[in-house]
Amino acid sequence: MAEATYKTPKLDELEKGPWPSFVTEIKMAAKKSPMANDLLGQLEKSYTEKIGFWKHGGIVGVMGYGGGVIGRYSQLPKEFPGVSHFHTMRINQPAGWFYTSAALRKLCDIWEPRGSGLTNMHGSTGDIVFLGTTTDQLEPVFEELAKVDFDIGGSGSDVRTPSCCCGMARCEWACYDTMGACYDFTQTFQDELHRPAFPYKFKFKFSGCPNDCVASIARSDMSIIGTWRDEIQVDHDEVKKYADGGLDIVDDVIVNCPGKCMKWDGNKLDIDNSSCRHCMHCINAMPKALAPGKDRGACILLGAKAPIVEGALLSSVLIPFIKMEPPYQEIKDIVERIWDIWGEEGKARERIGEFIQRVGLGNFLEAIELEPVAEMVAHPRENPYVFYEDYYEEGDEDEEEEEENE
Amino acid sequence: MSVEEIAEAMYKMVAESQGQKKLKPMDLTKAMLVVFEGKTDKKTCKAAIKELVNSGRCVYTYFGGSFIEIPHREGAAND
Repeated sequence: MAEATYKTPKLDELEKGPWPSFVTEIKMAAKKSPMANDLLGQLEKSYTEKIGFWKHGGIVGVMGYGGGVIGRYSQLPKEFPGVSHFHTMRINQPAGWFYTSAALRKLCDIWEPRGSGLTNMHGSTGDIVFLGTTTDQLEPVFEELAKVDFDIGGSGSDVRTPSCCCGMARCEWACYDTMGACYDFTQTFQDELHRPAFPYKFKFKFSGCPNDCVASIARSDMSIIGTWRDEIQVDHDEVKKYADGGLDIVDDVIVNCPGKCMKWDGNKLDIDNSSCRHCMHCINAMPKALAPGKDRGACILLGAKAPIVEGALLSSVLIPFIKMEPPYQEIKDIVERIWDIWGEEGKARERIGEFIQRVGLGNFLEAIELEPVAEMVAHPRENPYVFYEDYYEEGDEDEEEEEENE
Repeated sequence: MSVEEIAEAMYKMVAESQGQKKLKPMDLTKAMLVVFEGKTDKKTCKAAIKELVNSGRCVYTYFGGSFIEIPHREGAAND
């Protein structure tokens, strides 16, 4: 049993207040893990000297895979030998983050004797994160995980571990089976997940409805967001009950509608579905009265990223509506075409959103053999990337030049 | 050309550039498509890279992006 040997006045500050504290968790782990104990020591030193003492490793991994392990070494291995090696492992989470307690015990039983015992449930990629192990323990952890049907996730220039909301398992708004789609895509693209072949990372995130609980529109290169293309389902009696119960339908619902497509006369709610933006606000405000339509599928958007190399981007519409039915072949074919052109022409560390901005959406659409549609325009007159050659006839350019010369 | 032949050509390329330039999988694929024009394709190149890594002759490395290299002791490693 390791004894906490470090005084940590600065880290102790992070235990104050009513919130959970990672310091408390590390201290608990430090009671039996020398690695966690030295982590406390190095972290306190970092806070004191305002310097990070980690070195980034680039080679460690498991045989055959090019992702899932992030190498970390301490710059102070003599002072903190327990964290001399402190590699992170990303483990592919189950779709929707559903576990049995037995599965969680198995994960902990694998990790405690072979690493720091510290986990992050879950990392921003969605993976289960095992924090801190030595190079010689990477293969044994991988082998043990395989025995209990877990696999390592993605890292580096590959498909990152796809993630999804809990979808139809718990949510009545799910417009397609996000967990099914996430699992299917994960299995289909195993090669791309484990063997980095792209200019940079590529993320899939699956949201069941426009509430977008996994924030796919901001965090994934390909956002697959559930939607509907018929009319919002309305139960007028329930709408009336909301009004009678004190909900100010005009102030709380109508005024906030971005499409201004709703009217309320005090008795009946009218919705002009052709102007509906599918924002979910009214449905969220009156969940017993309103529901997404019955003709459901997904909108596919492309190009979101966080500000790492260049600025942040939100994804924008690629396919306004598509039915989400296994095996999702139409989407997978488009994905392959996107990877083909991006793989060939993309610069190092250039995300797909940046690539599209560089080459122009018109050229990109031509390369992936997709017709431009109005829904791809973010704002009128803002991104006129389509050149309507059909509107010009032979001789038009000469006439224009002549007019300019006159 | 066979996967093995392409893998061998890729290995030579990686070995020659080791320590001078890090090569991405796509760099290798593009080079093979030029050198063996009409005799190989992307699918074979992908299989060749898999063969190289699975056999342990090459490893994936990460330095801001993913690369293919000959296994070596990295500078950051501690004993």
